[in-house]
Amino acid sequence: MNKHIRRVAIAVGVLMVALFLNLNFVQVVKGDDYRNNSANRRVILTEYASPRGQIVVDGKAVAESVATSDELKYVRKYPSGPVYAPLTGYYSLVYDKSELEKAEDQVLSGSDPRMFGSRIADILTGRSLKGGSLNLTINNAAQQAAFQGLGNRRGAVVAIDPTTGAILAAASSPSYDPTTLSSHNTVAIQQSWQTLLDDKNQPLLNRALNQSYPPGSIFKVVVSAAALKNGKKPSDRIAAPDVLKLPGTASATMHNFNNERCGDGKTDTLDHALTISCNTAFGQLGIDLGQQQVEAEAELFGMNNESRTVPIPVAPSTMGEVDNDANLAQASIGQFNVQMTPLQAAMLSAAVANNGTLMTPYLVQQERAPDLSVLKTAVPEQLDSVLDSNQAGELQSMMENVVTKGTGTAAQIPGVKVGGKTGTADNGPVDANGGYVNAPHAWFTGFALDPTHPIAIAVVLENAGVTGSESAGGTAAAPLARMVMQAYLADTRGR
Amino acid sequence: MTATRTTPTATAAPPTRRRAELGLLLLAVLIVVAAEAAVQGARAGHISLNLITFAGVTLLAGLAAHLVIRWVAPYADPVLMPCAILLNGLGLVMIDRLDHGLAIQAQNNGGSVPAAAAPTQVWWTGLGILLFIAILLIVRDHRALARYAYTLALVGLFLLILPAVLPARFSEINGARIWILVAGFSIQPAEFAKILLTIFAAAYLVTKRDVLSLAGRRFLGIDLPRGRDFGPLLLAWVICLAVLIRGHDLGTSLLFFGVFVVLLYVATERISWVIVGTLLFAGGAYLAYQLFANVRTRVTVWLDVFHYTDGVGYQVSQSLFGLGTGGLFGTGLGVGHPEIVPLPATDFILTSFGEELGLFGLVALLVIYVLFVERGFAAGLAVRDTFGKLLATGLSFLIGLQLFVVAAGVSRLLPETGLTTPFLSYGGSSLLANYALLALLLRISDAARRPSPQRPVTSTPPPRPAEVVPA
Repeated sequence: MNKHIRRVAIAVGVLMVALFLNLNFVQVVKGDDYRNNSANRRVILTEYASPRGQIVVDGKAVAESVATSDELKYVRKYPSGPVYAPLTGYYSLVYDKSELEKAEDQVLSGSDPRMFGSRIADILTGRSLKGGSLNLTINNAAQQAAFQGLGNRRGAVVAIDPTTGAILAAASSPSYDPTTLSSHNTVAIQQSWQTLLDDKNQPLLNRALNQSYPPGSIFKVVVSAAALKNGKKPSDRIAAPDVLKLPGTASATMHNFNNERCGDGKTDTLDHALTISCNTAFGQLGIDLGQQQVEAEAELFGMNNESRTVPIPVAPSTMGEVDNDANLAQASIGQFNVQMTPLQAAMLSAAVANNGTLMTPYLVQQERAPDLSVLKTAVPEQLDSVLDSNQAGELQSMMENVVTKGTGTAAQIPGVKVGGKTGTADNGPVDANGGYVNAPHAWFTGFALDPTHPIAIAVVLENAGVTGSESAGGTAAAPLARMVMQAYLADTRGR
Repeated sequence: MTATRTTPTATAAPPTRRRAELGLLLLAVLIVVAAEAAVQGARAGHISLNLITFAGVTLLAGLAAHLVIRWVAPYADPVLMPCAILLNGLGLVMIDRLDHGLAIQAQNNGGSVPAAAAPTQVWWTGLGILLFIAILLIVRDHRALARYAYTLALVGLFLLILPAVLPARFSEINGARIWILVAGFSIQPAEFAKILLTIFAAAYLVTKRDVLSLAGRRFLGIDLPRGRDFGPLLLAWVICLAVLIRGHDLGTSLLFFGVFVVLLYVATERISWVIVGTLLFAGGAYLAYQLFANVRTRVTVWLDVFHYTDGVGYQVSQSLFGLGTGGLFGTGLGVGHPEIVPLPATDFILTSFGEELGLFGLVALLVIYVLFVERGFAAGLAVRDTFGKLLATGLSFLIGLQLFVVAAGVSRLLPETGLTTPFLSYGGSSLLANYALLALLLRISDAARRPSPQRPVTSTPPPRPAEVVPA
């Protein structure tokens, strides 16, 4: 009998060995797999166990981790909430993270390989692990002015330092408070999320970077640049008929707003056509230049780039498919399939303001380790040479004329050279009579050439115009652009 | 004892090893204290009296057990009790740690904080030790149990059937009708039934082993039992299946059947019983798979758990994630998130340890169980009577098989069955039953090493062991 008891004991031993082998497989062989599996909630809980780095604007935190008494030891707070939401994004237990919280996660969480040394030091000294911080290029005065100026309208403002590409403001409205999505209460998070999703004004949409719109007449800046590059002078007369018959179509025509006349009804100077935003002139100019020239210039300005990051991924601005000259005429006044983000619109003016050199836009001035040592300082980089400096100077003057005596007078700032271009972009569905159902978007792109602190800006206000009127860009968007530029200039005066 | 050593006569009694037991007990308490200190260290700023409570509970429980063993079972195995106390103490630390984690999880989810389980488990520990002492005091000779075999079997069956015949509101928790719910208490009678039925099986097989080991037809070189002798095995099989059908309790029925087949094998010394038993089990498992949706679900989850991480496979997949997150060394006690796995303090407490102590800690825990089980088998080997051998083997195998089924379930070696981990898991019935089991094993091991009252070499009757030590 004892022999058989021993056999049973051995059998139990065999079972234990099987367990041991299986546990080795689960905990060691597959360990990393399981540890980092996206369905493993411990991944996020571990992240919450150490303070995440701050996101700093002008010396003040716009995103910070605050110690709590519960098991998730830190909670993320956004002191300026909605103002900076399109930049900080949220950091959520339930909905992952977005914007900089996502794009710069390695630095903020402290998992960046460059911080390996300090992590080891933290482990050895028993200090809790910390994340690195980000200093943004944003100017708080400009950002606040942009957000307040948008008010309860739907739209966005983006401002860039044209000499460096540093993004000075990026506001989106309506916005949301990321703090409500970053609490530790999953039920409350889900409720906030649902409320935001149900809002027809889409507060979660980052209109500054991730939404593209038909640009309308601001696209004429691109066509003007292409014309200048092809040897046209601002004073050259170009065709500007009252009605442009679209080639290759039976009866389709292009008119100016309110059927206004440009120049003498047959021709107009390039300069004046831009000043008064003449549709027929630019439609024909686009056809004359050809699709390749227009598209090549658009690409020099940064369009048709699917992979731009600042480091937040930016929605592509695209020229769209152009099949024939009729389409090209439409595209040349920023309609048809042309789509542009507010950031891209600001880049148009930035390139012109910086004498034809387009700088790569960026948002992060410095990445710092937890001990505040600098990991990386942004170095301005040239993205493209859009125009030579003579041509850029000519386009600058043309855009200044828009502000001094054209459609953009509302953007004037006393004592500062301001240039720009308005746009009023038809969008959305068409009714039975060929009219647009929704009011047009109002656009303004421009620059203020302050000698020490130049600024380029773009403003879009969704459906802010009146159908059939060209005035929305000038009356709604240009004043907001002026306010933001003034706020920036006032803030930087003497610096 | 010095007296026995200085007079090297034939009356020399074997050492009682009670000091070894005391030393091991203190070591066990020390480990529990270290574990609780680690938990509190990880939870900085939350120093509580638990350190003293848990140290006190384990120490007092262990000392009480130790003193009673000194008194009524002085030759008992010195390793078994400290192992049980260590597991019980570590369980307390983990249950308390999980209380904390679950409370925070509930707060974060906006739910109400569940009642703390650790204080209840402290009371159950005390009751468990009292039951342990009572059994050691009442059962002075394990062979007496054989006399009540049929009575005990009836009580066992009654306990087993009771939840099945009670209305659901007195017997059902989470879809399993295996409870008796009275006056705010939830009792899982199967925990007690498994011991009572093991006692019965051992006693029954002592009387029937000669008949059952008679060879029947020879098939493929193996002597099959005679057809008419299949009765008891088939009866056990039917009972297990009935348990499964009424209670949806896969684990318990597997335990019963496994123990019965092993005892049949040891009693008859015939491997054919194991083969027949395995075939019957396979048949039963197939039937259960065909008949019950919940059994099918568990098998489906087992086969492809990561396909169901949000639904039916949530628990097992989170268990695997926990074990994987623990890796080799674990996150450290109190640092991980074992509360994510549903039922972290009962069915999945091994996962909780695996996450926070890693492979090393979990294997160390398994080694404690292996020690316990092998000590139980050793008692079975050493004891002289057949009933004692069978009972010790049955009880030890019960613990070993239960641990295997649980650990295999949480690590996806087998489908998950929903059993408690002996001594470690939260739960009164489980703890009480396992302390009863411990008392029986100690009683058998005491009988195994106690010097025989009739020594053939001496003409004078040897002194009773308890009175060996001179004043």
